[in-house]
This record gives sequence, C-alpha cells and structure tokens, in this order.
Amino acid sequence: MSLDGTAGVIINGEHRRVPAKTSLAQLIAEVGLDPLRVAVERNLEIVPRSTFDQVMVEDGDAYEIVHFVGGG
Amino acid sequence: MPMRSSILLAGVENLTDTWTVAGRTFTSRLIVGTGKYKDFEQNAAAVEASGAEIVTVAVRRVNISDPNQPMLMDFIDPKKITYLPNTAGCFTAEEAIRTLRLAREAGGWDLVKLEVLGEAKTLYPDMRETLRATETLVKEGFLPMVYCVDDPIAAKQLEEAGAVAIMPLGAPIGSGLGIQNLVTIRLIVEGANVPVLVDAGVGTASDAAVAMELGCDGVLMNTAIAEAKNPVTMARAMKLAVESGRLAYLSGRMAKRRYADPSSPLAGLI
Repeated sequence: MSLDGTAGVIINGEHRRVPAKTSLAQLIAEVGLDPLRVAVERNLEIVPRSTFDQVMVEDGDAYEIVHFVGGG
Repeated sequence: MPMRSSILLAGVENLTDTWTVAGRTFTSRLIVGTGKYKDFEQNAAAVEASGAEIVTVAVRRVNISDPNQPMLMDFIDPKKITYLPNTAGCFTAEEAIRTLRLAREAGGWDLVKLEVLGEAKTLYPDMRETLRATETLVKEGFLPMVYCVDDPIAAKQLEEAGAVAIMPLGAPIGSGLGIQNLVTIRLIVEGANVPVLVDAGVGTASDAAVAMELGCDGVLMNTAIAEAKNPVTMARAMKLAVESGRLAYLSGRMAKRRYADPSSPLAGLI
C-alpha cells in the first residue's frame, strides 16, 4: 500500500492505481468491463467469477483480463 | 416440403446425417473461424451463410484503454453458435493450457480446440508439446479437439491420450494449398475411433469436398472464407461443398479404371 492509501496494480501489462479496499468486481467495473464476458487471472492464478466480489485487490497484484476475440 | 440444410440419407426419409463429438451432436460438418474478417458484420454474415454450428474463437487480453470496443459476442451469439476456444498462437503446452483454463472460466466451455505451434514460419504443430498438453487437459476435465500433423501414428497417440477429435492439417494454416496428402488423411480416418476433421489448408470449395470424400467427419476453415473476395458467398460455397463431399462419400464412388468404359450399350449398334 502506498502513502496515499491507493494500491498499484498491473492490468494487462498497464499500471493502474486503485483506492484501498477495492474488490475485484469493483476493479472490473472501474475498467468498464462486463464481468460475465471476461476471465481473470490474478498473479497467474485464475479467479473464479463467483468470487469476484470477495477477492480484494492488493498492492502489487498483476491481473490478466481476457475475453474472446475472432480467431481461426 | 421444406428442404433442411442437412443431408437426407438416400432412401431414408427424414433421417438426417449428423456427427457427434464428445457426446454433442451437430448437423453442420463445417466449422468456421472468426479471424481476418473486415468487420464483425461480415463475419456474422459469413457464419450464417456457412450454416456452421461451431465457430473457433481466440482468447486475448481485453483492451482496457478502450473497453467499449465492439465485441465478437455482440455479433455471434454464443447461445446459438457453439464457441470453440482455440489456442492459436501458443507455442508451448503451458501457454496452451493457461489459455484454455481462462477460456473455460470466461465461458464455461470444456469442448476446446488445442493447437500448439512449432514455429511461426510454417505454423506446423509441435507434436511433442501437443501430446503433453492433451494429456494435461484431459486430466483437468477438458474435451480437446486437437490440431495435428497428418500422421496416422501421431493421430492414434492423441486419441489414446484422450483427444475427442483429431484435426490434421491438409496444408499449412492460411496457405490455401488444399489437401496435400490424401493418403495420410485417409489413413487417419480409417484408424480413428473419434471424429476426424481436416483443419487448415483448405483454399476453395473443391478442397473441402475432397476432405469429405475421404471420409472426414468435418472440415474447419477460416482464411479460405475470410480472404475470399466475397466471404459471404464463399461461405455458402463451402457449405455446399462439405454437404456435397459428404453425400458423395456416403453414396460410395465408382471404382477407377485405367481405360474407357462406354456409357451407351455396345449391342444394337446400327
């Protein structure tokens, strides 16, 4: 946790700062995504969608948020 | 009587020709990709024209700088069309497994397409990694349809490892060269106890028909439709070719001869 009380995280390779005590569900909403259409990996571990509300974002977390795109 | 898009087996009214993979039954034997299209509208129109019931999709990072970009799901409804998550772009078993775990979490799909590539130039599959990934995925409850070389031994090994479908390349991905080795594709078909689908290499409709005439259960293609001048009409051509090839296979083609055999009787010539 930094001095201003925010947490620094990396989402899809980009640095972001979020307020302390942010849940993963809030983080996803903050980014502007529909939680039903994405999958999330936190520090290389998959986070089940059913736990998005309970998982709290920690300083230094690295997230991968993926979805389906066109492909062969 | 309205004509169904599926093939009616000769002499058996109303019995449609379906195929089943991992307990799921489909009527269309054409699986299409969703990459390389001009836009989502064209992609959706091509899927519709192809009659495909399964589309392959890729798993990629969300663009968090612009989260409101249009999404594939807005145009191709996963409730109507089965999404087959694919590991295209993965070069190791670990990358492929990680991708499919995320895919399963994103959509709940256990029927997946595994492809582990060996190098960027040919996009040939790395069979050692592919086999390793298949074993792990099966242990984790996935139902992997597996892209592979057109090698009957490798195909058998994948089947033994739990692949629910064998998907040999006809030619390199995106090459449009058509099926290069009819013999090995046929050997794989004869040896397999799971569906065999030619995946990659189809360039035009006749290539798809050839795959089906060899006895394959289906064909998977992307570039042949997406890079056609008119993808939507090409999608329809592919649908017809797959149905046509399948019907020809079921009908049992004539034997080949070295010399001519007249179609009109020789008796009674004036």
